[in-house]
Amino acid sequence: MNAEQILFILFGAVSLIGAIAVISFRHPIYSALSLIVTFFAQAGLFVLLGAHFVAAVQVIVYAGAIMVLFLFVIMLLNLGTLSVQGAIGRKLKGLAIILGILFAAEGIYIAVNALNDTAVASAESGAAAVTITTYDIGELLFSKYLLPFEVTSLILLAALIGVIVLVKREGQEEN
Amino acid sequence: MENIPLVLIISSLVKILIIVHLLLIGVMIMIWAERRVSGWMQDRLGPNRVGPQGLLQPVADGLKFLFKEDLIPDHVDKPLYVMAPAMLLVPALVAVAVVPFGSSITVLGHEIPLQIADVNIGILYILAITSLGVYGVVLGAWASNNKYSLLGGLRSSAQMISYELTLGLGIIGILMLTGNTLSLRTIAIEQGAYPWQWNFLIHFPAFLAFTTAMFAETNRLPFDLAEAEQELVAGYHTEYSSMKFAMFFMAEYMNMIVGSAVTVTLFLGGWHFFGLENMGGPVWSGIISFGIFFVKTAIFLFVFIWVRWTLPRFRYDQLMNFGWKFLLPVALTSIVVTGTLWITTNSRLIVGIGNVVSAFIVASIVAGLLVMRTPKPAIQDSDNRLTPTALDAIE
Repeated sequence: MNAEQILFILFGAVSLIGAIAVISFRHPIYSALSLIVTFFAQAGLFVLLGAHFVAAVQVIVYAGAIMVLFLFVIMLLNLGTLSVQGAIGRKLKGLAIILGILFAAEGIYIAVNALNDTAVASAESGAAAVTITTYDIGELLFSKYLLPFEVTSLILLAALIGVIVLVKREGQEEN
Repeated sequence: MENIPLVLIISSLVKILIIVHLLLIGVMIMIWAERRVSGWMQDRLGPNRVGPQGLLQPVADGLKFLFKEDLIPDHVDKPLYVMAPAMLLVPALVAVAVVPFGSSITVLGHEIPLQIADVNIGILYILAITSLGVYGVVLGAWASNNKYSLLGGLRSSAQMISYELTLGLGIIGILMLTGNTLSLRTIAIEQGAYPWQWNFLIHFPAFLAFTTAMFAETNRLPFDLAEAEQELVAGYHTEYSSMKFAMFFMAEYMNMIVGSAVTVTLFLGGWHFFGLENMGGPVWSGIISFGIFFVKTAIFLFVFIWVRWTLPRFRYDQLMNFGWKFLLPVALTSIVVTGTLWITTNSRLIVGIGNVVSAFIVASIVAGLLVMRTPKPAIQDSDNRLTPTALDAIE
């Protein structure tokens, strides 16, 4: 077992434990924190794959910005300990079991396929040697994937304008 | 990964030891400097009893903090309350890993770069790690279970998210003109030996926006609304005592030191100074370059203290207006202008001039719009009659 495998197992284990903790904690703040731990471990996995840029973006966007907003909302609404009880709780439980079985089946299917697929195994040995730099990603974004890139930015712009319109309307009525 | 040379491991360990201790000693010196400089600016002495010029005052303070009772109030959320100071301190310590603090030293035929890790996403790493500092503040505030703490924490998180944008956008202009890498070492090397080749002249508006955003990120005056004493007792660290309280302050000073070092690397030419860094042999040039970097960082840290003791605190709406309506447009324009002029003219001089001119235009437009849009004070109208709003206020 070499250093890379040890790190892989470490990051994988941390990310799994974090993910389980997200759904195990009763308090939303602790769940959010566990999710941050998971994001971190995933960033570690990205670094092991040589995708440094993706790792950094993972931490900046998810751990650094989105989760802060999550915490912000949880604190502003002052959410207490959540419980799954009552009639709605029972319905939710049924839905959760169905979804859980579906996801588990998917996971097993992918894992079995990956083990049987020789292409994945052969790609794995060569993948670690390649380090994808930010330069490569930028070049791809502005040549091969230019259209999807621009479309994504348009969608984000639409979302931004939508938010401003929604907020502005209330302000105008006051004046 | 198995065949990492022994030299790399040993040199890395030595560098980590030196830099971490330099940071910790730097925090002590900064605390002393802050108190002495503030004393000087307010025409008083400041602490001067313990040791020569009061230099041992931080040691006395540290000992005092250690021996104080470590009180954990009953009403706090204990795990988070204990974790929060560490969550603020650790990112501050870890961020320094990619800062290049000198050229390189050649020892026994091995060239050792004066930097702990030269990763090719250097500047993104700094942004990623510093953006995590906000958790320490927010969680500490929430775990304290105190409304003043919570208000401080919420203010701080909103402020940090707002100014992080400007911080990131301010760097993009530099990255466009620097090779095809995000490595801090390359950015430092590509700036020449002379001050007029450094980035702060080419990207002057971005430099100002970046520095201002950094003041906000470190929660220093004039942006210290998270701990505004008159409104919030002491803000997010109201419920903290002993060493936990000290850790919040150590993190603040460490963030200042790391922030200054990053600014020096990005904008102020790193370890370059009129070719002085190339003097002497392979060992001395490295040490001199480190000295130059050290002095530049120290000067920038002095600016931090200087600003704190000369500017009053912003009001909260002023803070948000300033960040979103003023700094952000300036940083965005700087990106557009830098990109366009660089592609059309390929001249750093024209990019520099264009940046300043465009920033001036944008700043005037924004200032004009803000003045026009600001509602007039509602107490009295032009005929000196009381308006309905004013009557409401009287009732």
